[in-house]
Amino acid sequence: MSEPPLLYVEDLSVEFKTRDGVVRVLDSVSFDVRRGETVGIVGESGSGKSVTAFSILGILAPSARVTGGRALFDGVDLLAASEKERSRYRGREISVVFQNARTALNPIRPVGRQLADVVLRHGKVPRARVRDRVLELLARVQIPDPARRYHAYPFELSGGMCQRVMIALAVAGAPALLIADEPTTGLDVTTQGELLDLLDGLTAQSRMATVVITHDLALVAERCDRIVVMHAGHVVEAARASELFAAPRHPYTARLIAATPRPRAKLGELLPIPGSVPDLRAALPPCRYRARCDRAQSVCDQAPLPTTRVAPDHFVACRFPR
Amino acid sequence: MPVSTVTSPPSRALLDVRALTKRFPVRGARGHLYAVDDVSFSIVAGECFGLVGESGCGKSTLVRLIARLLDSDDGRIVFDGQDIGTVPALRFAGTPARGRIQMVFQDPADSLNPRFTAFDTIAEPLRRLGPPDGRARIAERVRELADLCGLPRELLGRFPHQLSGGQQQRVGIARAIALEPKLLILDEPTSALDVSVQAVILHLLAELRERLGMSYLFVSHDLNVVRLFADRVLVMYLGKIVEQGPSDEIFDRSRHPYTRALVSAAPVLDPGARKPRLRLQGEPRSPIDPSPSVCRFYGRCPDGFDRCEREMPVLRSSGNGRHQAACHLLEGEHLERSLGR
Repeated sequence: MSEPPLLYVEDLSVEFKTRDGVVRVLDSVSFDVRRGETVGIVGESGSGKSVTAFSILGILAPSARVTGGRALFDGVDLLAASEKERSRYRGREISVVFQNARTALNPIRPVGRQLADVVLRHGKVPRARVRDRVLELLARVQIPDPARRYHAYPFELSGGMCQRVMIALAVAGAPALLIADEPTTGLDVTTQGELLDLLDGLTAQSRMATVVITHDLALVAERCDRIVVMHAGHVVEAARASELFAAPRHPYTARLIAATPRPRAKLGELLPIPGSVPDLRAALPPCRYRARCDRAQSVCDQAPLPTTRVAPDHFVACRFPR
Repeated sequence: MPVSTVTSPPSRALLDVRALTKRFPVRGARGHLYAVDDVSFSIVAGECFGLVGESGCGKSTLVRLIARLLDSDDGRIVFDGQDIGTVPALRFAGTPARGRIQMVFQDPADSLNPRFTAFDTIAEPLRRLGPPDGRARIAERVRELADLCGLPRELLGRFPHQLSGGQQQRVGIARAIALEPKLLILDEPTSALDVSVQAVILHLLAELRERLGMSYLFVSHDLNVVRLFADRVLVMYLGKIVEQGPSDEIFDRSRHPYTRALVSAAPVLDPGARKPRLRLQGEPRSPIDPSPSVCRFYGRCPDGFDRCEREMPVLRSSGNGRHQAACHLLEGEHLERSLGR
């Protein structure tokens, strides 16, 4: 038997209270992350991928409520833990890189000072050594001329540089798990490539596991060991990256791949996905892809929706996987 | 020495841009930011022309100059035989040419007036620049445009916040084609949309081009999308054209080192299909008062050598003259080395 997963999320369900009623944003979401691996969570907007990450970190909005499930990190259920316990993990064992680093950083504090705050807070480095440790971190995320950049404010740095600072903040505590929420959205392709290389390097050096949350299928295809596909708050398919792209079993995954532009493909080969993401406030069928699906039959209306293991490490939430 | 006029404009050019330049004064300091520097190219009627480059390369400024939302410092913009560059941007909005160059913006949520219903947004250009039609005729035309753009008629009474992203972009497209423009500028038209919606909008744009015979100037940072759409592509780097040519040539046989880096950095869906990535080192040069004798890409270029620091490379043709790149490596003894990659 292999070692237990670093993170094991099981049947996670989350609701949001809104003016228009209760929105069931996540419904029985399950997946795992092993030490040292990179897992991609992909889905369109509204699929619940960010809410999944925020639930694990315990940073959901006050209107949200976890209605069920577990998130075992190293054997400890983060969902059942007190806020005090959770804060011991957050930033140290599990850290996060947000989209749009420039707005996530403090705009009126030099980036070196922000890093120093975090290093101090982790409490592993004596005060006199903090500055050296910060310079070391800046160098580790390949920021040129760290001594000068120490005093720079976020507005003085490019978007790519700000994201490097964010990554430095995230890895300062040597976490076992890094959650990157759309880490390169809005950045240029060349910068995006450099940042992902950097993350790859950091992962390899320290056996850190990474969860990359993105809408970009091509990005996870290239960078992730395993991929979790979400649609309307459900995990519809999870598999090794190579397997998922070679032979998608869930109709939504297949459609998502067919809708993504590839080099040398013709426009005619680009197939839109029929319908739209269902309104999560309404009464929903057991399979939330039902209305958009071309394989659907009346049996699909029977609850519960089964998740089938079609191969080792390959799970599909569909009655008619191909 | 004339620097950028390598080829004379094709006779059927719908849009011909010559030596276009825009410099912005830098606030609180001396000097100018060279956003668009001596750019020349032309778009043939009916063609889809792609424009790519990183943020800060000047593609948005170039597009705003051509759309006449911004005044240039130098150069000419000849559209449909008329020099439109001489009309100040503010006055241009009232001329008939305004209706012939229209634009679809990146973020539909930001580019629609939040106080206008979809109907009013689409009717606005008709009321301002269209033929002096009565209310009934305009309403009929708005409904036609909604049908053409796949926007259900019952949504015409809604405000932008009551529409989905894809529906908002359909409104933006309907507004842009209301006056049947000859040139439609698409500035990252799908980058704010989900991939499933993107596919729908791209198909819609292709269909509209066919039906209405428009030319497109398609700006995107997503090279796979540009490739899907564009007949020819122009690559910009720090205000300069570094390469232009037929789409397949640019993507499969890129000549400029920057284009090669850009193409190799684009993520590819099929694992295993990727070629080795070309790495760029160092920081881009400053766009503020750049030296006219140093290649803009020097310092970040993996193949830079001493001449790049002494002399700005000019666009040179290769192949049948349709593919041009500005790089010293593509000359003489360097050519073999750089193409023997």
